[in-house]
Amino acid sequence: MEFFRETDVVVIGGGIVGTAILRELSKYDLRCLLVEKEPDLSIGTTKANSAVCHAGFDAPAGSWKAKTNVRGNALYHELQDDLDLDIKWCGSLVCAVTDEQVEQLGVLLERGKANGVPGLEILTGDEVREKEPNLTTTKAALWAPTAGVMWPFGAAIAFAQCAVQNGAQVLRDCAVTGFVKEDGRVTIVNTTKGAIKTRFVINAAGVYADKVARLAGDDSFTITPRKGEYILFDKTAAPDLVWGIVFPCPTRTSKGILVCTTTHGNTFIGPNANDQDDKEDTAVTPAGMEEIIAGARKLVPNLPLGAAITEFAGLRAVSSTGDFVLGASPVPGFLNAAGTQSPGLSAAPAIAEVLVEALGKEMALRKKCNWNGRLPRKKAFNKMSASEKKAVIAGNALYGRVICRCETVTEGEIVAAIHEPVGARTVDGVKRRTRAGMGRCQGGFCGPRVVQILARELQVPVSSIVKERAASHLYYDKFTGGGTEGGK
Amino acid sequence: MEMYDVVIVGGGPGGLSAAYSAYRNGAKKILVLERDRELGGILQQCIHNGFGLHHFHAELTGPGYAGRCIDLVKDKPEIETMTDTMVLDVSQDKVVTAVNPQQGLFTVRGRTVILTMGCRERTRGAIRTAGERPAGVFTAGAAQRMVNMEGYLPGKKIVILGSGDIGLIMARRMTLEGCKVQAVCEICPYSNGLTRNMVQCLYDFDIPLYLSHTILKIKGRDRVEGVTVAKVDARMRPIPGTEFDIDCDTLLLSVGLIPENELSRAAGVEIAPFTNGPKVDQHRQTSLPGIYAAGNVVHVHDLVDFVSDEADIAGKFAALDAQGRLEPVVSTVAVKPVDGVRTCVPQVLHLPREGEATRLFMRVGAPARKVTLEVKCGGEVLVKRLFPVVKPSEMITLDIPADKTAIMKDEITVGLKAD
Repeated sequence: MEFFRETDVVVIGGGIVGTAILRELSKYDLRCLLVEKEPDLSIGTTKANSAVCHAGFDAPAGSWKAKTNVRGNALYHELQDDLDLDIKWCGSLVCAVTDEQVEQLGVLLERGKANGVPGLEILTGDEVREKEPNLTTTKAALWAPTAGVMWPFGAAIAFAQCAVQNGAQVLRDCAVTGFVKEDGRVTIVNTTKGAIKTRFVINAAGVYADKVARLAGDDSFTITPRKGEYILFDKTAAPDLVWGIVFPCPTRTSKGILVCTTTHGNTFIGPNANDQDDKEDTAVTPAGMEEIIAGARKLVPNLPLGAAITEFAGLRAVSSTGDFVLGASPVPGFLNAAGTQSPGLSAAPAIAEVLVEALGKEMALRKKCNWNGRLPRKKAFNKMSASEKKAVIAGNALYGRVICRCETVTEGEIVAAIHEPVGARTVDGVKRRTRAGMGRCQGGFCGPRVVQILARELQVPVSSIVKERAASHLYYDKFTGGGTEGGK
Repeated sequence: MEMYDVVIVGGGPGGLSAAYSAYRNGAKKILVLERDRELGGILQQCIHNGFGLHHFHAELTGPGYAGRCIDLVKDKPEIETMTDTMVLDVSQDKVVTAVNPQQGLFTVRGRTVILTMGCRERTRGAIRTAGERPAGVFTAGAAQRMVNMEGYLPGKKIVILGSGDIGLIMARRMTLEGCKVQAVCEICPYSNGLTRNMVQCLYDFDIPLYLSHTILKIKGRDRVEGVTVAKVDARMRPIPGTEFDIDCDTLLLSVGLIPENELSRAAGVEIAPFTNGPKVDQHRQTSLPGIYAAGNVVHVHDLVDFVSDEADIAGKFAALDAQGRLEPVVSTVAVKPVDGVRTCVPQVLHLPREGEATRLFMRVGAPARKVTLEVKCGGEVLVKRLFPVVKPSEMITLDIPADKTAIMKDEITVGLKAD
């Protein structure tokens, strides 16, 4: 049989969990390969979430969620410099607005202590308002200094780039269609690009993890997509609305509707939490927007609703087991990193350790001696000093041409994002790597120019450039032959 | 650091008109900084005609109007222009920091600065339309640039939300390109475009206009597949049961323009409510001495001719200011829009002893017929003008003679009175 690739480990899914696992695997003397069904990494749950690196007091002690969250948070503090990650360690507040909720804070505090979360503290309403003056309704809050907000797509791409620089491979536009087993053991992964011979498979397929597991013969869990909707505000409209992460007291299904800052100073509100069957439906709804506005107003009565720049929704991968599904499965050679709803982003680097440890029980792992965990620095043009700006333009004149006006992103940065390892091939891919199009005009000015730069650099026609997924074409060639015939 | 009499941020019709006016009023060293690859601003993508009837007394296309403006500034040693140049910062002491591929990062200082950055389009996010986020949702202006300047189509079967002028123009443009324009939906019970654009762009092409309708949902996950439309009540809320779907692959948004004042705000210029532009006096001086503003950055205009008129004023007084030739101010008069007038520019008058002839530019809040616009001071009507029709989409003007401004005190009101 002809194989398209032969490897030791195939990781399925290019979100934050899959890429973190690929990076961890790349430390060892293994051939490893990540397959992602979409044209870019990090466009499932990793793309649309609260981007919070949680402290780790929410989940019950002893659960995977609790263990990997606290460990993952600590790992991000270490990884930030090596991978040049954008994380703002702003701390989080869980705000009680009723007396019953004030009592609930004590429960969270105890749980946090049991989970090993450092620095937790209950603050009075006045102490809260010293940090966050707009929290006028808060009676008391749980302060978690180790929480932060991060740039989730940047982290996933950095994990993948680090893995690639250490010999791992990433295949995009490569969907898993089935598995072949020998003596009950998974040995071949069939994909839309061809068959891959492998010794192990790690399933990090997000909301599709149960479908992928089913293909391999593992029906030990199901995944229910839980939609969360968000509204994001322009950063100039209300820069001081909140400085950090503001949660309400949690409910059974969710950590509640936040009012939260981002790494780049925008504020967002959301998410709500609604279970659905559809693994694709990420539409925002009028009812959902009303729900998150009403929820956020309980914490911050004056929201800058007129300054909304976008609304979006993401799907959390909620497992039927109530916890993350990590490690060996009933199917030999097939491991899961599934059900990684919140705090999946925070836990990802720790989940990667858990999976590699599980793999180590099934095969001998040898660390590489020349593994390089540091990525080259990529300072954004708009964060450079005047002398740094002058120097970078002197080296490459394209850094002197501003393409995205709202976020001051230059052509040099966009070209670099296209040609870097696991580079951007789509308009949203450029956006996730550079912020071009993430500002208040939402790509109105820069969108067409980004399309043209992509077409030029990738040497393809403008009409072939897509926004995100394969069918998301942006522009068409004009009708030829004249008249209205073409329109019909 | 290179010193200029006047540094102008933006080389559209506002910036170019201001540069020419500054030149005619004695400025010797003028710099225009433009971020696009050529001068002329958004006019370069407006290839339809109808521009210039007031200012140039000729019917021009957008590029034609831009060409006239460019002709006025070219070959004049006093006026320097730089394209492909993005201004990153304007400081209170009028130091302008900019960047381009040729010169890199550089700073210049102006004795005066004129802000003419224009405006941008409101986006889908601002109106919170439900649905997925597929390709095929564009602001009308972005689509216009792609069709007219870059030579590509944003789609083939089009629905347009908003009956602003750009939306109307694009309805016709896409039809002429061979596309099918399914409908134009407008949430207001009246159109928000110029009457002539309603006639020439919709009626002449039999394009359906749905007044008091909005788009509830965008359908399609990867590319737009259709929209769900509903009728709205008097408070612009969707009426349940009135929903219907329209098949399309593209949604163009023409849902308003926002003056682009990020540089102004960062500099510390006071921004006026309702116009969302700098608060200016009759010379178009902002709250910061020596920093002027004109055109769509001050308030969104309907006609480019008025942009040029306003930029003429800013250019003139910025030039006089740079030469120390402004007359001393003896009184300050606030201009307050009341009774049906939504915005009025200038918001304040800084008057010399003998007064100064001044033109007010206003927008009304709702359409009305046979109304009188009155300028009052202390209960006394100083100037009035009868309008047979007023519409929110069309700017109205009123000239106040110098002798009337000389007798103003503290505050004047500008309001409509029904006949």
